[in-house]
Amino acid sequence: MDPLSTLWETFFDWDSMREALPEMLTVGLPNTLILAVSAALLGSVLGMLLAIAGISRTRWLRWPARVYTDIFRGLPAAATILLIGVGLAPLGMQVWGPDPYPLGILALSLIAAAYIGEIFRSGIQSVEAAQLEGARALGFSWGEAMRLVIVPQGIRRVLPAWVNQLIALIKDSSLVYFLGLVASQRELFRIGQDYAATTGNESALLLAGLFYLALTVPLTHIVNWIDRRLRHGRPTTAPDDDDLDLALPGALGGSQR
Amino acid sequence: MSIDTTTSVSLSVRDVHLAFGPNRVLRGVDLEVARGRTACVIGPSGSGKSTLLRTINRLIEPDRGDVLLDGRSVLRDDPDALRQRVGMVFQQFNLFPHMSVLRNITLALRRIRRLSEDEAVAVARTQLELVGLAAKADARPAHLSGGQQQRVAIARALALQPQVMLFDEATSALDPELVKGVLALMAELSAGGMTMVVVTHEMGFAREVADSVAFMDRGVVLEAGEPAAIFERAEHPRLRRFLSQVL
Repeated sequence: MDPLSTLWETFFDWDSMREALPEMLTVGLPNTLILAVSAALLGSVLGMLLAIAGISRTRWLRWPARVYTDIFRGLPAAATILLIGVGLAPLGMQVWGPDPYPLGILALSLIAAAYIGEIFRSGIQSVEAAQLEGARALGFSWGEAMRLVIVPQGIRRVLPAWVNQLIALIKDSSLVYFLGLVASQRELFRIGQDYAATTGNESALLLAGLFYLALTVPLTHIVNWIDRRLRHGRPTTAPDDDDLDLALPGALGGSQR
Repeated sequence: MSIDTTTSVSLSVRDVHLAFGPNRVLRGVDLEVARGRTACVIGPSGSGKSTLLRTINRLIEPDRGDVLLDGRSVLRDDPDALRQRVGMVFQQFNLFPHMSVLRNITLALRRIRRLSEDEAVAVARTQLELVGLAAKADARPAHLSGGQQQRVAIARALALQPQVMLFDEATSALDPELVKGVLALMAELSAGGMTMVVVTHEMGFAREVADSVAFMDRGVVLEAGEPAAIFERAEHPRLRRFLSQVL
C-alpha cells in the first residue's frame, strides 16, 4: 500500500467512524454537553460574583478576587482539574459517591470563572460614569443602578469575549478524562481516543474532532454576529429631526403661577 | 393635559462649600429660588455651576453649608429619597441606551415608585405625549436625534413628579438647530410653575425665561438679580467682561 493511502485510511477510515458514531451520539455528545453547559452556567455565575468583587470599593472583596483570578488563570487547566478532581475525590465520595462529574464540572467552572470574571469586569468598567450618575439622579441606590443599568450594558459589550470563553470550555471539557471515566461517563474525546487506541486507527478521534467543530464553529459565528450587531446596532430608522416644528405651545398647559 | 407642577417647592442653597483636595470648587454659594420660579446660573466654564447643581441633589456631598427644600434641610435625608424629589437633566442626556424610550421612563416608576407595569406605562406615555414624542416610545435612544433624546430625558425626570428640576447645560451638546425645541419645552415647564435651576450658556433663555439670574465665577455667586438687572445693569467687572464675551 502506498504511503498516501495509508495516511488516508489512518484518518478517514469510514468503517471505524461508523463504528464509533452511535456511541458518540448517544453517550459522548450528551456528556460533553452536560460538562460544558453546567460549567458554563456555574462559571458565569461565579465570574459575575468575581467581577462585582473586583470592582468593589472594599479591598476585602477586591483582594480575594484578584488572588483567585491570578491563581486559576495562571495554572494549567489539566493541573487544576487533577488537583480538584483527585484531591477532593475522598470528600466527594462521601457526598455523591464515585461519580467524577461533579468535581470535574467544579474544576472547569472554577477555571472558567477566572476568565469570565475578568471579561465581565472589563465590560462593566467600560460603561461611562455618566450612566451611573443618570441612574443615581433618578433615585436608584448604587446597587440598583449597577444591577439595572450598568451591569446589563457592560455584559452586552463583552458578549463576544464571553462566548469565546464558552468555546474554550467545550474544548477543555475533554480534560475530565484525567479523572477516570466508566464507559457511560465518557465524553466525545475519550470515546474517540478509546476507539483509536483499540484499532490503531485515528479516524474515530478525527470524528470526535468533527463533533467539537460542529459545536464550536457555529458559536464562533454567533460571536461574529453579536459583534457586528453590537457595532452597528439593529437595522435602524434614521432619526427624524422634528424638533423645529414641534407643536409645543399649549401642550404643557397654561400658567399656574 | 399639563405637567403636574403642584408638587414644586422652594429651594435654598446656603453658604455651600466644596473642595476637591486643594481645589476649592465652591466657596460659599447662596441661591434662593421661590416656589414655581426659575433661576438661571451663568458663568465661565470651571466656575462651579455644574458642581453646584450636584450638591443640590447630593450627587456630590457639600463639605459645608445647607440645602433646603420647602424650608427644610435635606442634608440629613436619605440621598436616594432626596433624588426622587429632585429631577435632573444632563448635558449628555444620560438615557439608558440598552432600553427603549418607554422603558427609560418606566424603570424608576416601577422600581422606585412601585407602580404596576400598566400604571408605569400609562404615566410614561402621558409624559412622552407632553414632550411630543409619543410616537418614539419603542425606539432606542440612539435612534433619536439629540434634541429628541433630551426631551425624553426631561420626560423621564418629570415622570417622577419632582419638586425641583435641575438642568445642567441641557442644550450644550445639541446641534444648533435642535436647541430650540428643548428650550421651548423648558420654557413651557417654567411657565407651568416648576421650580427650576438652569445652568446654561443660552443667554437668550436666561434673559427671557428666568425669574432670576446668578452669575458664578471661581466658586462664588458674584452677582444675582432679575434678568434685566444682570444683562443691562451689570455691576461687577467680571460679569461685564463675561457678558461682553458671550453676547
